[in-house]
Amino acid sequence: MNKRATKICSRTILHVVIIFAGSIWLVPSLGLLVSSVRTRNDVLSSGWWTVFSHLLDFSQYSTENYSQVISASGMGRAFLNSLIITIPSTVITIMVAAFAAYAFARMEFSGRQILFAIVVGLLIVPIQMTLIPILRIYNKLGLAGTFYGIWLAHAGYGLPFAIFLLRNFFGSLPEDIFESAFLDGASHHTAFFRLALPLSVPALASLTIFQFLWCWNDLLVALIYLGGTEKVAPLTLRLSSLVNSLGQNWHLLTAAAFISMVLPLLVFFSLQRYFVRGILSGSIKG
Amino acid sequence: MAVKKKDIWPWVYITPALLILIFFLVYPVINTFYISFFGKDSKSFVGLSNYIFAFTKKLMLIAFRNNLLWLVVFTIFTVSLGLIFAVLFDRVRYEAIAKSIIFLPMAISFVGAGVIWKFVYTYRPANSPQIGILNAVLSKFPNFEPIAWLVNRITNNFALIFVGIWIWVGFCMVILSAAYKGIPKELLEAARVDGATELQVFWRITIPMMKPTIAVVATTMIINVLKVFDIVYVMTNGEFGTEVIANRMYKEMFHFHDFGRASAIAVILLVVIIPIMIINIRRFREQEAMR
Repeated sequence: MNKRATKICSRTILHVVIIFAGSIWLVPSLGLLVSSVRTRNDVLSSGWWTVFSHLLDFSQYSTENYSQVISASGMGRAFLNSLIITIPSTVITIMVAAFAAYAFARMEFSGRQILFAIVVGLLIVPIQMTLIPILRIYNKLGLAGTFYGIWLAHAGYGLPFAIFLLRNFFGSLPEDIFESAFLDGASHHTAFFRLALPLSVPALASLTIFQFLWCWNDLLVALIYLGGTEKVAPLTLRLSSLVNSLGQNWHLLTAAAFISMVLPLLVFFSLQRYFVRGILSGSIKG
Repeated sequence: MAVKKKDIWPWVYITPALLILIFFLVYPVINTFYISFFGKDSKSFVGLSNYIFAFTKKLMLIAFRNNLLWLVVFTIFTVSLGLIFAVLFDRVRYEAIAKSIIFLPMAISFVGAGVIWKFVYTYRPANSPQIGILNAVLSKFPNFEPIAWLVNRITNNFALIFVGIWIWVGFCMVILSAAYKGIPKELLEAARVDGATELQVFWRITIPMMKPTIAVVATTMIINVLKVFDIVYVMTNGEFGTEVIANRMYKEMFHFHDFGRASAIAVILLVVIIPIMIINIRRFREQEAMR
């Protein structure tokens, strides 16, 4: 074989390998999406890939599964609950973290280094280590099963990473713009609101996406502090109990699962750049 | 630092964060450690018996074995697949699309991923139509008997671990890809001109150059995998020999209401993670020193 033939051959292998890997990553999700718009009988009697043999026969698709899981299985209510949980949790975390991160990055006070080292150390604490004591206090205060309780809990678990990321970002901003602002008589509040925050929009955007997805996709925190009540349960909690109650009703389960993914997927496709940048600027929290 | 006078403003800025951190992380860690030496309802002191339970009970030992299996298989595959994808995708024009596809599962919940893969693994007895794509594809091979992937004790742990890999490879790939693109291209070219094969370039230059990043990614994966919970909870709930430590802790807490045992399990989880935390802090100090 001459050199050129070898090259074409190895390029072909390269493409085949990539396409094979890509399809392993994509096909399972595709199966979910397709099954969610098929009828119960179709889903249980034939594989979802059989739709491709008569793809344009639109009579085989229906949105029946969706209307059923949204009302009867409570996925509509759960979607709302997920929003009610996620939005305040994200806002609280980022606000509290931004103030603390600014102090750690730009202010002088005794114990600054050691306190920040402790915050970094807290990054590694497994949530499991905290569940029992907090649940006990929540039960006493009547916070278990309430949105207030879970907002604060998400803030607590999100803060170490948020402070870490923002502190590094604030610290990397050019020193001289702060110095000239202080020379002009600016206070720390002005420097924080007028310089640090506006200059950190990319970092804040990445962090918002992370915290949003983390809260939206969380199961454990909701499972412990909200309990199983349908009135407050978010999508993940509702979906995980449907996995048990619906069993082999794949037409419904797939629709329910897809509802839980719609918003994260939209966020992913529209803001992927920030998502990737966030990952690169600090490792993710667990 | 420009303003040097002593004032209370730094403390005003950090106090909300400190209060929340103390309440949700510092105090609970100390308290959990304390009640791990007490009985079911945290009233009677029981010494080490919760820990003895944790290291001797058969279900716990299965959980430890499985976490170890997760640790080894998950970490090796996420990091090496992430690396392979990063290097391969760099050579094609549709790199962005390929990366998006691999990265996509990072956006969805573990619960959602659990449903996706439970459907992939669905089992029907032989001779009836397979609706799970894995059994359907394998049935094309002669003499293949459909497998109940999540029940069969040989396959089920690997079936679960693969779901974890499917989710996390994208994360590894993104970080490793950025590091790969940071390697000076002249270096790779020079080696190729000198007659090195692609494999030699990969093993002798790419890997050594990327070692620090690979270590960071591997540490992150190890910390993740030790706490694995959602996937197991949703897909098998630890049945058929798939129990893991975090799920065991949840069961002790919520099904058996044994807060002593649950706390002991949580403490073990933390103790395993501490060496990794030390490495992380050291890395952080080195970064600070370079500033």
